[in-house]
Amino acid sequence: MRARILILGSGMGGTIVANGLARKLSDELRTGDATITVLGTTPKHLYQPGLLYVPFGRAREPELSRDERSILDRRINFMVDPAKRIDTENNVVHGESGKSYKYDFLVVATGSHLAPEMVPGLAESSYQFYELEAARKLRDAIDGFDGGKIVINVNVPHKCPVAPLEITLMLDEHLKQRGLTDKFEITYTYPIGRLHGLEPVSHWAVPEFERRGIQTQVFFNTKEVDGAAKKIHSEEGDTLDYDLLITIPPHRGAQVIEDSGLGTAGWIPTNPKTLLMEGSRNVFVIGDTTNIPISKAGSTAHFQADTVVENLTLMVQEGRWLREYDGKVFCFIETGTSTGTYIWFNYNTPPKPTPPTQMVHWAKLAYNRMYWLSASGLL
Amino acid sequence: MSKRIVVDARGCFCPGPMMELISALKRHTVGDEVEVLSQDKGSATDIPLWTKKVGHELVSNEHRGDHWSIVVRKMK
Repeated sequence: MRARILILGSGMGGTIVANGLARKLSDELRTGDATITVLGTTPKHLYQPGLLYVPFGRAREPELSRDERSILDRRINFMVDPAKRIDTENNVVHGESGKSYKYDFLVVATGSHLAPEMVPGLAESSYQFYELEAARKLRDAIDGFDGGKIVINVNVPHKCPVAPLEITLMLDEHLKQRGLTDKFEITYTYPIGRLHGLEPVSHWAVPEFERRGIQTQVFFNTKEVDGAAKKIHSEEGDTLDYDLLITIPPHRGAQVIEDSGLGTAGWIPTNPKTLLMEGSRNVFVIGDTTNIPISKAGSTAHFQADTVVENLTLMVQEGRWLREYDGKVFCFIETGTSTGTYIWFNYNTPPKPTPPTQMVHWAKLAYNRMYWLSASGLL
Repeated sequence: MSKRIVVDARGCFCPGPMMELISALKRHTVGDEVEVLSQDKGSATDIPLWTKKVGHELVSNEHRGDHWSIVVRKMK
């Protein structure tokens, strides 16, 4: 069958799907029986997990991004033309340029986006590290910090669920290495009654925080921030004072999802095993864009992309289905500036964090360099 | 018009049923109900505790064999 495959999004998920399909559908691409087109919102591809290191001056910034065109297989059509409307009834996507793109199979990987405006005062009064320029500003704020109260404030939903723990542990160690021990206090806030959504991770984090003297405030859902008074208030009625406020802002899906009527808040209702949009047989959804109650993380997108590549390939070549996504997620967890641990889990297996080691930290640093092989579909 | 949204968090460990509930409440309007399906027994105690603390209404909390069904109405 002739297959026009259209991929929305040129982040980790969309890029891995595109490159994986290009490799497996090599014959079909050569004969013209298949085409692969990626629509991105930017010509650059950013390695988002690398932003965690920027606030501590531990990132080589030029290595955090590359031209998307240089990562994609040359047989893939790549255009910077953000989707304006997705019409799944007529199998067509309309771009902001005015062009329309017909498809036989669609992969939606439009990701998640920061939405600090959902909390009054949050954007104006806090620092974050989920964007390069913001991470640089946080680095400058940390460099200028000479003591006081730090609040690390976690909102939901957010991508990379372990990042709040990582930034907390790394910041604590970084400031102590700068000789500020006893001159600062970190308070970590979390929306539910423990330190992390994953209970085993929370159990692991409690003694780590206690050993380092990190304060915690659970059941803290941010209501508003008063930047002038330097106070942050919760829906539950608690108030914390701060000198430096670092936030993990709430996230939303891409606006085009809501504008196209495909899902509330930009998350598309998705079958957790087939990764097909509910009610559809030719629209796949991966990564942060799904509404599956699972980690919004790069590794989730990666493992989902592998599933979609295999299934889409067989659907094009043989008209049949190969396998289902098992919910696999793998996350490194930096536990300071020189140690790390990791977790993996799926729909049937809960995670079990292991004691941090220097070896895992090195493995994480090595992966930071090898990421581009993942995006190219080689790792 | 108020509606009920179902969040099926069975088999999902991260970020977890309660985080999904909070996210769902944020994106819906006052009067809407969110039903969380969870295999985590902690949800049956944690969610009612939080619901009371923050001022939402616990509509029901049922054990259905291998999972719990907890319904919360958004009140503010």
